[in-house]
Amino acid sequence: MSEPLLEVTDLVKHFPVKRGILIDREVDQVRAVDGIGFTIARGETLGLVGESGSGKSTACRAVLQLTKPTSGSVRFEGREIAGLSRRGMRPLRREMQMIFQDPYASLNPRKRIGQIVGDPLKRQGVASGSKLRKRVHELLERVGLASEHYNRFPHEFSGGQRQRIGIARALALNPKLVIADEPVSALDVSIQAQIVNLLDDLQDELGLTYLFVAHDIGVVRHISDRIAVMNKGKIVEEGSADQVCEHPRDEYTKKLLAAVPIPDPREARERAGG
Amino acid sequence: MSAEPILSVNDLRVGFATEGGLLQAVDGVSFELQSGEVLAIVGESGSGKSVTAQTIMGLTRSKNSRIEGSVTLEGEELVEASDATLRRLRGDRIAMVFQDPMTSFNPVYRIGRQIAEAMRAHRGDVSKQAGRARAIELFEAVGIPEAERRIDDYPHEFSGGMRQRAMIAMALALEPEVLIADEPTTALDVTIQAQILRLLGNLNRERGLATILITHDLGVVAEVADRVLVMYAGKVVEEGTLDELFYDPQHPYTWGLMGSLTRLDRPRPKRLPQISGAPPSLLDLPQGCSFRPRCPHEFAECSRVPGLEARQDEAPGHRDRCWLSAEQKRAKREVEGRIGLEAPAP
Repeated sequence: MSEPLLEVTDLVKHFPVKRGILIDREVDQVRAVDGIGFTIARGETLGLVGESGSGKSTACRAVLQLTKPTSGSVRFEGREIAGLSRRGMRPLRREMQMIFQDPYASLNPRKRIGQIVGDPLKRQGVASGSKLRKRVHELLERVGLASEHYNRFPHEFSGGQRQRIGIARALALNPKLVIADEPVSALDVSIQAQIVNLLDDLQDELGLTYLFVAHDIGVVRHISDRIAVMNKGKIVEEGSADQVCEHPRDEYTKKLLAAVPIPDPREARERAGG
Repeated sequence: MSAEPILSVNDLRVGFATEGGLLQAVDGVSFELQSGEVLAIVGESGSGKSVTAQTIMGLTRSKNSRIEGSVTLEGEELVEASDATLRRLRGDRIAMVFQDPMTSFNPVYRIGRQIAEAMRAHRGDVSKQAGRARAIELFEAVGIPEAERRIDDYPHEFSGGMRQRAMIAMALALEPEVLIADEPTTALDVTIQAQILRLLGNLNRERGLATILITHDLGVVAEVADRVLVMYAGKVVEEGTLDELFYDPQHPYTWGLMGSLTRLDRPRPKRLPQISGAPPSLLDLPQGCSFRPRCPHEFAECSRVPGLEARQDEAPGHRDRCWLSAEQKRAKREVEGRIGLEAPAP
């Protein structure tokens, strides 16, 4: 097997709990991420599923060095990035991008769409002027938006369209790894499928590697090759998507799967009766 | 249905004056709720499901809203009732549970006190001790452990699931006949959601509580509802019993909703069937059927608004707003494969 794109080993992120007025004493720690490890091969999608407070979002942030891990290793293309300074991370930011949950909060309301999507290109000094504009138009079209959206503001768009804008921005620098943290959970049902399909298509075309984080195990199973289940800061089970969903081994995974409502009244009745 | 409905909504229309003109959020919604029944109202944002619920509770009254039609609670008209009458009915005979229990409690008062206060507001003769005792009883009924200790907690000391239970307890304090639950589990984790749904189901069975459940989640609907309304752009586009809706859906929008679900009990499809486009702006509705621009089966007739009608003799209560005949629908639904939830061919 070739070298994985991302290799995370024993990643730990603890937050101190402090008490005291003049002198902060550390009285306890929240073990948000408590020693997790996983690898993602190129072109693969790893789904990270868990309930609120399981540590999945903190894990994403620690992988991207948006929060400094307490300990552990994150290797991207074989290179250790845990503990790198902001400056050290800067060139790597091109390679790893993030898509956020809330399409309403993750776009600057005072900037036009063209600026928002073009901003990473400008900041990284990749393109400017007419080349930049051309690339932004290309990106907008790629994610299913129209060229005339270039000069509009975020508030003029629906939730689904805003998520497309967020995706276009994430793709601007041709990243290798995209971390998507609950990218569809704020969207309406009929729009969720559109965004999931878009992410699928983009992966096929651009050879992207995804870390797809969500609480909805149905969506995670659809998009992922492999799934890791997180609970209380730890990965309790990992395996192929179908294996985890159809033959869960861990008790917590079983409980999680059993709680997902089945949109089929007869089966629901059977389950309630049995 | 023969029994007298406990709540009936007749041609309810709710409009809001906005800068862009009159926004018709609810456009002619009618339904009846029997005692002991769970009616689910399903739709996306902007479908009018929440505005319908809020209007029943009298929460959309304001200078810039226009409410027409009728809502009667056991014969008593609510749309034209005075604010004082509504205040008397709310909580007492008809109660509501909201999506976000954090914002529904006052953060600076202990939860037990807030529940007792709701009781005293309606039944002045409830003593402090009696109110407290009743609050403990209610906490136990909704499955909050250590009820006696926890009623003295503040809202922030409760987890999301416990807070939702506390809100249900408060809604039940005066033993209402009708409970309106607006996305009661949307903000909760699935394991907690399952517990809350079980609780709502038990309350409905044991107390004969008539429930309106507003949700966007068809999985939740399948678990608890008896009857379902599907709303789109302010109108009911399909209504029927739970089984009619899931096993013989008539409206292409319902097909789309069902098709786009990710289902753990089925092999995963290569691609998720999706509804294209987005719901229309209520200020700029398409002419004719509102779903027309997104509908793959659109034809000439669709430029006129279809009525909500029963189109199959054997199912008089199963009504939909689509011009296609029942036979045409059956044929088209087959083509879409996964839709209709027939068991997959072996």
